[in-house]
Amino acid sequence: MARFDDKNLAIASEIISRYPRPKSALIPLLHLAQEQDGWVTDDAMRHIADLTGTTPAEVKGTGTFYEMFKFHPVGKYMVNVCTNLSCQLLGGEELLAHAESTLGVKAGGTTADGMFTLEDVECIAACTEAPCLQVNYRYRLRVTDDDFDSLIDDLRSGKVDDIPEHGTLGSVRQSIPVGMGAGIVAPEEAREAPAWLARNEVADDKAEGEA
Amino acid sequence: MPTHAYVPHAPGYVDNDGPKIVTSRFPHEDSFTMSRAEATGAYDGLRAALTKTPAEVHGDVREATVLGRGGAGFPAGVKWGFMPPGKFPYYLVVNGDESEPGTYKDRLLMERDPHQLIEGCLIACYALGLAQCFLYVRGEMALAQERIAVALNEAYAKGYVGKNILGTEFSVDITLTWGAGAYIVGEETALIESLEGNRGMPRLKPPYFPAAIGLYGQPTIVNNVETLANLPWLMNNGPAQYKTYGSEASPGTRVVAVSGHVQRPGVYEIEQGVTTFRDLFYGDNFCQGIREGHELKMFVPGGGSAPWFFPEQVDLPLEARDVGAAGSMLGSGAIIVMDETTDAVKAALRLVRFYARESCGKCTPCREGTTWEERVLQRILDGEGRPSDIDMLLDIADNISPGPYPNAADPSQGLEAIPFPPKQTTICPLGPSSVAPITSTVRRFRHEYEAKITKRDSIPVTSMAMERDS
Repeated sequence: MARFDDKNLAIASEIISRYPRPKSALIPLLHLAQEQDGWVTDDAMRHIADLTGTTPAEVKGTGTFYEMFKFHPVGKYMVNVCTNLSCQLLGGEELLAHAESTLGVKAGGTTADGMFTLEDVECIAACTEAPCLQVNYRYRLRVTDDDFDSLIDDLRSGKVDDIPEHGTLGSVRQSIPVGMGAGIVAPEEAREAPAWLARNEVADDKAEGEA
Repeated sequence: MPTHAYVPHAPGYVDNDGPKIVTSRFPHEDSFTMSRAEATGAYDGLRAALTKTPAEVHGDVREATVLGRGGAGFPAGVKWGFMPPGKFPYYLVVNGDESEPGTYKDRLLMERDPHQLIEGCLIACYALGLAQCFLYVRGEMALAQERIAVALNEAYAKGYVGKNILGTEFSVDITLTWGAGAYIVGEETALIESLEGNRGMPRLKPPYFPAAIGLYGQPTIVNNVETLANLPWLMNNGPAQYKTYGSEASPGTRVVAVSGHVQRPGVYEIEQGVTTFRDLFYGDNFCQGIREGHELKMFVPGGGSAPWFFPEQVDLPLEARDVGAAGSMLGSGAIIVMDETTDAVKAALRLVRFYARESCGKCTPCREGTTWEERVLQRILDGEGRPSDIDMLLDIADNISPGPYPNAADPSQGLEAIPFPPKQTTICPLGPSSVAPITSTVRRFRHEYEAKITKRDSIPVTSMAMERDS
C-alpha cells in the first residue's frame, strides 16, 4: 500500500480545502502519507503530486528538505535523543551513548527487529527538563539510563499507550464543520476589503472628518 | 495554590508569583479545555475588540508597544502598519516553529492555553482585515498540535472562529498547519515558503518585511505565538495597564526558559526590562542559584544565536536595548547557564554543529562556512588542532559576518563591548549566528583552545575518536 487509501483520500481532500492553493497542503499530505505507511513512499509522492497539481519531483524536492520525513522504512518507534547544548550540559550525550548500547545501534540506525530507530536530534524544546528525548514525538523528560531501559522494555512489550506508531502526529485533526467556515478561497478571489473593515474604514474617515 | 513552585501538569513551568499576562491559566490542570478557558474569561478580549473599530484595536497594540517575542523584538503595532492599503487579501501567519536552542515558551503557550492563542489571532485578524490565519506549529510538537486542533474544533462549533464571529460581520478562518523539522523555517520568509509547499529557504531581501510581499505574493503579517498571546489581556485591560508592567522601552512581561547548570531550571514569566539576570539565576522565586558547589562561568542570554555573557553581565536587566548595547540579544528568551565545569570549546562546537546541520544551503558563506567551522572545532577538540586553527576559525567567521562581531566587554583584557547586531554576507541571520559561540569563546577562553591545540596528550579522548581507533 502506498497511494492513499479511501479513508486517507477523504482526509487529504479536506486538508487541501483548508488552503487557498493546493500546493500549500504538500507538507501536511506528506505527514499523512507517513502516517499511513510509516514512511514516505514514491507512490505516495506521485499521488500527492496528482492531488495538489504539482509534479512528483516538486513533492520530493520539498519533502527532502525536512528532517521528519523518512524516505526509507524506519522503526515503529523513532527514539530521538536531544544532545543540543542545554541537554549536553546535563548528560544528553551520555544518554545517547547509553541508548546506542541498549539498542545495539548507532544514532541513525534501526534495530534488526524493526522496532526502533535511534536519532541524535537538535533542540526539542524541553531544555529545563534535560536530558530529554521524544519517542514518535512524545516527550520523556529528565531521562536516566534506567528510565531509558524501562521505556524500551515497555515499548517492546506494548505497555505504553500514549505513543502511537511512527507517522502519527496529532491524534486529533482540525475539521471545519460544514457551513461554519468563513470560506477559504484563492487570493485571486478575495480582492475586496473584508466587510467589517470596509464599513469601519468609512466610519473612521467620518470620525476624522468631524474631528 | 503553592507559589514559587513547579506545576506538575506543565513540566518546566514555574509559578513564580509574579504578574501573569500570558501564563495566567497555567496553574489550572485543565487550562487547555474550552470549559476552563471560558470560565476564566477566554474570548472576552475578542468581545472587547469587536466593540471597537479595527483601527482602534491596532491603535491599542501600537500604544502598548507590544514587542515581538520571537527574536528580533520588533514592535508588533509598527509591523502591522507596514501593510500596503487596499492590496487585499491580507494574511496572518503565526510562527509556532519554535526551535532556537534553549527556547521553549511557545510550546507551553500552545499546549497549556490554545484558546488564548486563538483569541489573539482573531484580534489581529479583526484589526487588520485579514482574510485567513495560518497557525504554523513545529512538526515535532505533537501535543501542541492536538491541543490546538481540539481547541479550534470547539471554537468553530461555538462560533468564535469562522463565519460571522459572535454574531458580527467579522468572519475569518484559522488553518492549523504544521512543519516537518527545519529550524530555518522559523525565519519569517522561510516560513512563508514552507507554507506555500516549498523547501523552507529564506527569501532574498528587500522587501525586508513580508507585510509588503508575503504569502502568495500578498501582504502578510508573521507574528510569534507569544506576541499574539498578549493580545487578549491587552484588549481586556488596555494599553495603560499593560505599560504598568516592565520598563518604558519594553512594557509587559516575557516568558523565558532558563536551562543548564542552575538549581531550579524553569520557564518563568518575568517583567521585561526590570528583572535582571542576577534575579533570575540567584532569586528565591527563580532559579535559586548555580548548582550546588559550582559557580557561573558563562551564559547564553537569548537563545543559541546570541553572543555569550559572563559573570560581569549578570546585573543587566532583561531589556532588549541594554542587552544589545552590551553585545548580545534577548532573542527568543532562552537562557543557558554554564558553570566552571563546562568545556568552552565543546559547548561552542555543539552550537556550531547545530547551525551546520540546519543551514538551508542557499547562501555560500553559511553553507560552506558553518560546516567548515564545525570540522575545525571538532579536530581541535579531538586533540588534532593546528596552531593556525584559531585564526582560521576567525577568518571563516569574518566571511559570514564581516567586521567586529558583537561581544560582551571583558574588563580583564581591557576589551569593550561591541553592540548587537552583527553584519552579514547572507540572506538571513542563521550563518552569522554560528559565529556567536566561536567569537564569544575565543575572545574569552583562548587559552582553552590553545591548551587543546598544544597539549594534545592531555585531552580526554572523545567518543568520536574512540570510534575511529577501534
